Amino acid sequence: MIQFTNVSMIYPGGNKALQDIDLSIEKGEMVYISGRSGAGKSTLLRLINLIDRHTRGQIVIKGQNLERIKSKRISLFRRNIGFIFQDHKLLNDRTIFDNVALPLVIAGNTHQDIKRRVQASLDKVGLLSKINSYPMELSSGERQRIGFARAVVHRPSILLADEPTGNLDPALSWEIMKLFEQFNQVGVTVMIASHEIDMIRHMQKRIIILNEGRVINAS
Amino acid sequence: MVIGIALAFPAGFIVFLDNVSAVSSSLNNTVELNLFLDMEVNEKQATALKDRLATHNDIKETILIKNDEALSEYKKLSGFDNVLDALDENPFPHLILVKPEFNNVVDTKVTRLVNELIEIPEVENIQYDSKWINRLVKIIDIVKLVVLILSALLVTAVLLIIGNTIRLSIYNNRDEIEITKLFGGSDSFIQRPFLYSGFWYGVFGSFVAWLLVIVSISILDAPIKKLSGLYETSFQLSGLGIANTLFLFGIGIFLGLIGSWISVKRHLSSIEP
Ligand SMILES: Nc1ncnc2c1ncn2[C@@H]1O[C@H](COP(=O)(O)OP(=O)(O)OP(=O)(O)O)[C@@H](O)[C@H]1O
Ligand SMILES: [Mg+2]
Repeated sequence: MIQFTNVSMIYPGGNKALQDIDLSIEKGEMVYISGRSGAGKSTLLRLINLIDRHTRGQIVIKGQNLERIKSKRISLFRRNIGFIFQDHKLLNDRTIFDNVALPLVIAGNTHQDIKRRVQASLDKVGLLSKINSYPMELSSGERQRIGFARAVVHRPSILLADEPTGNLDPALSWEIMKLFEQFNQVGVTVMIASHEIDMIRHMQKRIIILNEGRVINAS
Repeated sequence: MVIGIALAFPAGFIVFLDNVSAVSSSLNNTVELNLFLDMEVNEKQATALKDRLATHNDIKETILIKNDEALSEYKKLSGFDNVLDALDENPFPHLILVKPEFNNVVDTKVTRLVNELIEIPEVENIQYDSKWINRLVKIIDIVKLVVLILSALLVTAVLLIIGNTIRLSIYNNRDEIEITKLFGGSDSFIQRPFLYSGFWYGVFGSFVAWLLVIVSISILDAPIKKLSGLYETSFQLSGLGIANTLFLFGIGIFLGLIGSWISVKRHLSSIEP
């Protein structure tokens, strides 16, 4: 499903964010990426979503070699992926409904279908009552859950999350992690970057630990 | 609004030019050659010449004004009845008015015709009022050129204004553009709303321009009527007309789309997640 072979990523400034990464993630697997701040967790996810392009090695996702994807096809490729961002990336001048609906609007779904799916998605994260609110009227944790609802509303086959529990209290974090598990159980491949190693250990899933851009555990 | 004003100038000039050409062509229509015949030529010879000229290819119409008609006309106008009665002979020659086939006075054909007619032995002298018309036509040509250059400048200004407006709007919406890109919005999907606004700027700008022109015409109408009354030309100030209105809106929309398209192409790619 997701295959990294000897991948390195050097930012234009010369920052070696990732070096010689070899990874293989099966379809339907759920994987945590952990490591200290600056270890390269976010960069790893950004390479998969083609936000950044790797500078060496080969990445193959769902049989597609990422180097071969022309810039015009990037948009289509991204529609297969749900992404939860470290900084939410919600539109503050749009209602929660409009925010969550975005991936469906992009995909060109019908109005009715959009309405139905947005409601279902918000219901799943327990925030259906906020459908007409604006992001600024929500707590940080609620915003993170809206980000989750938006990432899954178009039923992607891959779900990427960058610090999805960064601002949440332990109880809410646990709840969010359970949501990820639910999606994973219906066959979605899930990759979560998180530095909260203690909580991750409790989830009993595969953990990849990065340090200074290299994978340091062999598991 | 600014777009409208910028578009109003070329549109106004179009109207102005239409009217000026209308005036000049109405002047052209009145081109007449006055053939003063030799004093020796009698009435019979004059009539024969008149009929002969009427068959000329380049001549539409000829009218003979006999010398006694000219005399009585002059008497009426001048009031020198007695003085003129005292004369033995009529001091006026016969006169043939020649209306050429062609309307355009600057046409070299007119000059050629004059040169041909002056060769006729019976013709003493030819008068026609072409010099100042010639000058007017030249002035109109220069004005046309100036308007063309000015319009080009204003069109460029409109493009820049629209481009800049869209650039600002792209800048203000960069979060939305970025997030849309992150969730797989294609470039054309992201461009569409900006092209729409370019289109509507064009429509709105054209409408403002149209309104400005209409209003200025209605303001200018009365004084121009007075003026044309003075010059005794029957002249009506013509408005934009359907064709020019459509043209104005077409240009406006075209500029709106082109301006926003250029801006979108240049600035959208700079917003990367
Ligand atoms: N846009 C960028 N330009 C240059 N260097 C960058 C850029 N983004 C990240 N880096 C560098 O790449 C390395 C990895 O960064 P990354 O954001 O992947 O770390 P991270 O593991 O997600 O850290 P955190 O836990 O703080 O989010 C760091 O050294 C960082 O300074
Ligand atoms: Mg990070």
